[in-house]
Order: sequence, then structure tokens, then C-alpha cells
Amino acid sequence: MSRYSVFSLLRHAATGNRGWQRAWRAAAPKASYDVVIVGGGGHGLATAFYLAESHGIRNVAVLEKGYIGGGNVGRNTTVIRSNYLLDGNTQFYEFSMKLWEGMSAALNFNVMFSQRGQLVTAHSADQLDTFSHRANVMRSNGIDAEILDRDAVRKLVPYLDFSDTARFPIHGAIFQGRAGTARHDAVAWGYARAASGHGVDIIEGCEVTDFVRQGDRIVGVETTRGRIGAGKVGLAVAGHTSVLAQKAGLELPIESHLLQAFVTEPIKPLVDHVVAYGADHFYLSQSDKGGLVFGGNLDGYNSYSQRGNTGVLREVCEAAIALMPNISRLRLLRHWGGIMDMTPDASPIISLTPVDGLYLNGGWCYGGFKATPASGWCFAEMLATGETPALVRGYGLGRFRSGHMIDEAGAGPFAWLQ
Amino acid sequence: MLRIDCPCCGTRDHSEFRYGGDATVERPACDNPDLDAWYRYVYVRPNPKGLHREYWQHVLGCRQWLVVERDTVTHSIHSVSFSRRQRA
Repeated sequence: MSRYSVFSLLRHAATGNRGWQRAWRAAAPKASYDVVIVGGGGHGLATAFYLAESHGIRNVAVLEKGYIGGGNVGRNTTVIRSNYLLDGNTQFYEFSMKLWEGMSAALNFNVMFSQRGQLVTAHSADQLDTFSHRANVMRSNGIDAEILDRDAVRKLVPYLDFSDTARFPIHGAIFQGRAGTARHDAVAWGYARAASGHGVDIIEGCEVTDFVRQGDRIVGVETTRGRIGAGKVGLAVAGHTSVLAQKAGLELPIESHLLQAFVTEPIKPLVDHVVAYGADHFYLSQSDKGGLVFGGNLDGYNSYSQRGNTGVLREVCEAAIALMPNISRLRLLRHWGGIMDMTPDASPIISLTPVDGLYLNGGWCYGGFKATPASGWCFAEMLATGETPALVRGYGLGRFRSGHMIDEAGAGPFAWLQ
Repeated sequence: MLRIDCPCCGTRDHSEFRYGGDATVERPACDNPDLDAWYRYVYVRPNPKGLHREYWQHVLGCRQWLVVERDTVTHSIHSVSFSRRQRA
């Protein structure tokens, strides 16, 4: 695999850009691998990369039923932040942030990580108090956080509604300067290319239909491209975790729900940060092409269809113009949906399972994209050592039984309310 | 928009309803000391890809709790009935 650099750019430019090679090998499945990772999304690819890079395990396959970048890794709103309140989440997402900061260099692939800063608006003194609590937790964990008053917010993002008629007047905000966005498909491509460069087979169009057992142990998978043996199987199929886990005889505290994302027609630079609305569920950023990328609530009922409902579109747009009346005349370019694993506490699952040979990575709710590198890092360590890494000890399957939930949303055990 | 045929009010948009989750889970008896039974009741869900029996409450209509059989892939609704009859 040739390295990308300014010199390779110049060399290919001089030869008419006809010599570029494909970024990763189109591998055909071998009879067996040391580790088979089911799911070629961001998490599965990152896991394969760190297995090879950090643990020297290179006889690895990533099986993707569709194509690389076609699932949730290409469907999210690309926001990256580490402003979590609860122990377990705070440290995990900050570890992820640190990996983001070195990702382009580590992968030799420009993932266009842009630390433009994220703010969440507060709309009452009490809400700003809770944000101060969060900021203090963040700072005590070495994470940057600022509390802004109304004037400071106005200086930073003057285009929000600061008029006397604002539905929920802005009282202040919490701001994390290191938060931002990255180009999501570049993340998938970058990990795929780097993993492939280490010898990992990335097999697209290969759907896992069942597991192969030897006694109580899982020793491989049945796929649409034949049987593939595996020393260990790692599931990284968030959205469809229940479907595959059921084939392995696992019952999970997960429901699949649909989350939509939206993008407007491109406009000139307006939104320099990631902005989240504290009075409703709405957040937006501006893409490099100029479109305003935004999202809001789940559709609210179990779904495996990657199609959204127009009712949510209306609700999200209502929140948008309550915060930013100046975008009310913009036209929507596209909207799309992705299927989330929703857990009862809105926190993910990276866990050993009661099934020998099967390891679980799922339940990402809508925090999956920002977690991509840390999730891959920790899941790779779990697959390599058979032990739970300290950083994800709070993310075990057993926490629901023992009552040690990390319930960041505090919404009760209702998947659709998280 | 889903259109739910409420047996009391007729066919209405789902925005008139509140979702209540999986209708197949059974609440253990109050004096059941089995922690596992309670764990399964509160947290574990079959989460089927296909037909799903689920609760909806017609909050902006008759306020009845209904059981709706809906396909989670196509969103087509196969049946709607009062949940109280299911329980009888």
C-alpha cells in the first residue's frame, strides 16, 4: 500500500491522476481466520485496525453485508464531543477524543477532523447550573469546558434568536472547544485502508446468516459467501445486534429505533461551530459543502426500516427555527434514516458474552460515531486478551441485572425515550 | 405518518398516539422473588425484525391503550385491538 503524502499528490497530478490504486484490497473470504468481525462499519473496521496495529493479530476478516460506508458510519451527523457527565462515559469519550486528534496521522488518511467547538444553549439559570455541574466534572477529568453567559454566547453565535420574542430565551451555554466534526465516510475508508494494509481482509457483500457451533463454542459463521471459520467472533452490527445475537441464543436489552438526519441546500459560511439546542432536541453544524446538517429525536417506535417519518421532520424543523429563525426559508436538500441499537440507559455495550467465542460491541444509541476509535481500540483489546479493558468495565451486559446503569439521559428503561 | 385504525375513534395519524413499547412482555407476579424474571420484564426485549406487537395509547382521542401488530421493516399495520381485551 503506497502512502498518501503531498509528494504522492504531486506525482499523480503530474501523470493525470490515472495511477491511483484502490484504497483497500477486494478480498475473497478464506476458509478461516483468527478473528472474524461481523459488521464493516466504523467500529468493526476500527477494531480490525487496532487488532492488527496494537496486538499483531492480522489474520482477521471484516464481513460487511452491504458496502463500506453504507451503514450508520455514513448516516450520522458527524458530531464529535466528550462532554459526558457520568463516570464511565466521561473517560471513555475523552479517550476517544484523544484518538480523534491523532487519527489522520495514525491512518495516513485525512479524515477532515475539525475541532470547531460545540456549544449547548441553556435557557434558564437552573439549566446553566446543571451545565456548570457537567463542566466541573469534565474539567476534573482534564477535559476542556467553558460556561458562557448570554453576552458571550451572543458574541460567539450572533445568528441565534436573541430577540425579545424568542420562544425560549438564551440564558447561557456550555462550550467545548475541542469538540467538532469529521468527514464520516473518510473515517470508514481510512480505517478500511489502514486495516487492509496490515493484511486484514475486508469482505463486502457478505452477510452473516448464522453461527457455526462446536459444542457450546462458536467456531465460525455461515455467510452468503459460504462458511468461514473463526477463532473468535466479534459482533459490531449496531442497529441489527438483536437479530444476530438471537441466532447465537443471546437475549439482549436492546430495541432498534430509527434516527433521521437532514441537510439543507448549501449556503455561504454561517455556522462556525456545532450548535445544540438546550430547550429541545436539535443540533446542527455546517458541512464543508455549505449544507446545514442537523438532527433531532428518534422516530419513537421500533423500526428496522432506514426510512424516516415526516412528523419528526416537522418537529425538528420547528426546533430549528425556534433557535435560528434566519434559516426558516432554506430548502431541505435531503433527509435519511439510520437504525440505532437503543439500550435502556442510552449507554453502549462492549462486553464478553455468555456464549463462548462470541464478543459483543453494540448498543450505541446515537453516540456511535464519536466513539468509533475508542470503541475499536477497546474491542480489539477485548478480542485479543479475552478480558474486559478497564475503560469499558462499565459497559458490560451484566450492568442491567446488577443495577449499575450509566443512565446519562435519566429517562427510565424506555429505549424510545433516550 | 403511520395510520392507526383505533377501534374506538377510527383511523387516525400516529401523532395522536403515544408509543408504549413491546406488548408481549409479561409482568411477573408482585410476590415473585426471581430477580431474573424482573430483569427480563424491565430490560430484555425480543426486538423482532418483522411483526411486532406493541402498545399505543390514543392520548389525543379516546385515551384507550391499544395493541397494534406492526411490521418493523415495512411499517404496515396488521391488526389493532384494545389492550384490555388481550389481557382478559
